[in-house]
Parts: sequence; structure tokens; C-alpha cells
Amino acid sequence: MLRILQFLYRIRAFILFVFLEVVAVWMIVTNNSPQGAAFFNSSNALVGSILKQQADVVQFFSLADANEALTAENAEILQTLLALQVKPDSIQLPLDSAFVATYEFRGARVIGNSLRFSQNYLTLNKGSKDGIKPGMGVFNPEGVVGRVKSVSENYSVAFSLLNTGLMVSSKIKSTDVFGSVQWDGKNSTEARLLFVPRHVKTQEGDTVVTSGFNAVFPEGIQIGIISKVAPNEKDPNYLDLTVKLSTDFSKVSYVYLVENTAFDELDSLNRQSEISNEY
Amino acid sequence: MNIRNLISYLVLILFLGLVQIFFLKNLALFGVAFAFVHLLGILILPISMRPVTLIFIAFLLGLVLDLFYETIGMHAAAATFLAFARSLWLRAISPTGGYVETEEPSLSEMGFGWFLSYSLPLIFGYSMVFFTADQWGTGGLWTILNKSFFSSIFTCLLVILVQLLFFKRRRRI
Repeated sequence: MLRILQFLYRIRAFILFVFLEVVAVWMIVTNNSPQGAAFFNSSNALVGSILKQQADVVQFFSLADANEALTAENAEILQTLLALQVKPDSIQLPLDSAFVATYEFRGARVIGNSLRFSQNYLTLNKGSKDGIKPGMGVFNPEGVVGRVKSVSENYSVAFSLLNTGLMVSSKIKSTDVFGSVQWDGKNSTEARLLFVPRHVKTQEGDTVVTSGFNAVFPEGIQIGIISKVAPNEKDPNYLDLTVKLSTDFSKVSYVYLVENTAFDELDSLNRQSEISNEY
Repeated sequence: MNIRNLISYLVLILFLGLVQIFFLKNLALFGVAFAFVHLLGILILPISMRPVTLIFIAFLLGLVLDLFYETIGMHAAAATFLAFARSLWLRAISPTGGYVETEEPSLSEMGFGWFLSYSLPLIFGYSMVFFTADQWGTGGLWTILNKSFFSSIFTCLLVILVQLLFFKRRRRI
């Protein structure tokens, strides 16, 4: 018995090493499961505030660009608004439930971002206090950015679209054929559009937008433009489509968050009928 | 190791950690060469330090970086590996006559050639563990090797540069 204890004592460094490695691997696995509760990450108050200070300094230099983009977007929105305004002499009808807006929008600032790893995340400066919930979609005027993963009181962490674990339900705008956009972990300006059948006629330059099927994003938010069409070598039933992302992830500074207020109802319906929906 | 040394090591690790978080986090030359300058903090700790303490310090440092990198566990796993491998590697490349008790494995005390053969394989091991964890199930072996190779060279260069610039006048920071 004493010998065993002595032996264990002699290899204590190795035991500690193995133990800490197991702990680390367990953390990696817990953190990367999309539904798993993230128990600590950069939405932590201390880390969040430090990241915010850093972002305050760094983003000061991109304020001009951000302003310009916001002005351009404002102008666009104003134009749409003018077109929508009801003329005083027309009859007003209550909208059918199919047209009731089920989406709520919020704004936030990106205070942490990465694009060089295969699992990239964004840290945002709004949290549960501001009504951010896990599962909300994140986008900016250029296109889709990601989806909220976990939320603390003041900060939140979102999967970037540049995260191999995230799939966004999307469609080709011109033909309405739907598929899923997923990043392959290689180039931060390109992603793949999966599950588009071989018979679909598509070409370079076609726009890819969100499909609205996944209950996270409203329909029609731009994701990117098809830059390469090739037959899929692994699975000949589908096409191998490369999408040039319209969002410049190295410059994302201000984002919108969208919440589908009907999400719970849709989700429970899906669960009831045992469909696992992608996000 | 007296208390003054301990504090100076803590200050060094804190400083390197902050530099890493604020300046080098999003830096990747050509998309493949990452900088892990905080590793200098683990590499430079005294040779006489017990492996258990070293592994603990490395794990904590890795965990703190993970919080900022949003890669929980990856830096921690890699840094733990580095600390464990360090004691084995130090024994393997010990000069004839062994190390002097107070020696620290730094550039100024051990010389350029020794330091390179000491740090480069360790940093490469660190990068391998880190990128394997990062690319698990997605990238191929080629991506991992590619990134590890260039990251370890880049990091090694930076680590040597930091020592040349800041460690020269006083032996210990």
C-alpha cells in the first residue's frame, strides 16, 4: 500500500497534468455544444467590461465608417417608410394574422470578435437587462452576422457565422431554392451553401438570403453571393456552392438583433411533431 | 525563489497576458501565423520550480486567456501540456553538468542556440494542441500543421525579440 502511495506521489505531476487536461477537454466540449449552458465566457462581467474598454478605444478610429454606413442605411429606410405611409384618403383594413410583425429588433455594439479560429464568437455590449435572449439572430446592414449563444446581465456572446457549428437556413433569391449556409473553417470571406440539389439551375452572382424557415431570421436578409458552382464530389446528389459573404467580419462594429416573438410557439410545435429544426 | 522574484515573475506574466489580449489577439500574419507571446511567461519560470506548481500556473494563465479568446479550454489544455512537457524537455536537453540551481531558462543566461532548441519545440507542441482542439472535426491535419508551424516560428521570433529588447539591462525583469 505504501509503495502504491509512494509511486503515486512520484508521478504526481503527471496525474495533475492528466487531470487538468481532462478538465480542459470537458470545458471545450461543454462550450461547443450549441445547446449546452456556457458556464463562463466573455459575457462574464469583468471580462466584458475589459473588452468594452478595449472596443471603446479601437472603435473610435472606425467611427467615420460606421457613421457613413448608418447614414446610408437611414436614407434607405426613409425611402421605404415613405412608400409605406398610408394616404389619408384610403381605407384602412386590419391586417391578417399572416402579416402581423412577429419580429422585434434591437441594436448592439460588438466589443469582442475573432475570425481566425474555426469556432468564432462575438461579444456584444447588451445583455438580458436590455432584452437580449439566447437564440436571437444577429445581423448588420451588410448581412447576417450570427446568432446569440448565451447572455449575462450586461453582455452577451454570439456565434459568428464564421463558426463551423452554426447553420443558417437560407435560399437562393432568384429561384427560391433553399439550403443551409455553413462555414467550412477556411476562408473568412467564404462559406458553403449546402443541400442544394443537383438539378437546380444556378450560376455565379446569384444572391443568397435567409429563408425565414428557421424562425430566427426574418426572410430576405442577405448572406452573400454565389461565387463558385461545382458538382459535389462527396455526395453527387447535391451541388457544391461557394458563397462570398456580404458581411465583412473584420469590420463588424454595430449590429442589430432580431427576436421572433412567435419562436416559442413554433419551437414547441416542432418539438411536438418531433422535427429538429436547424438554426 | 524569494518574494521579490516571485512578484517580478507575476508582473511579467500579467504584462505579457495583457499584451496578448489587447494587441495580439486578432493578429494572424497571412491567416496562419498566430502570436502566443504569453508563453514566454511560462517558458521563463525558473528551472528549479516544481512541475506541479508550474502546471497549475500554466493552466490558470491558459484559462484567463480563454475567457478573452472565447475558446474555453483550448488555451488551458495547450498551456497545461506545455508546462508538463517543459520539465521533460528541460531534462532531455540539460547541458553536461546539469543546471545551476538558480538558473532561469532565458536567452541572456543560456545563449541563443540553447534557447531556440528549448523554446521552439515547446511552442510547436503548444500550437499543435491548440489548433487540434480548434480544428477538431473540421479542418484537416494539413491545416493544423500549417498553422502550428508558422505560429511557432512567429511566436519564437517574438519571444526572442521581447527578451532582447526588454531583458537586456537587468537579468530579471
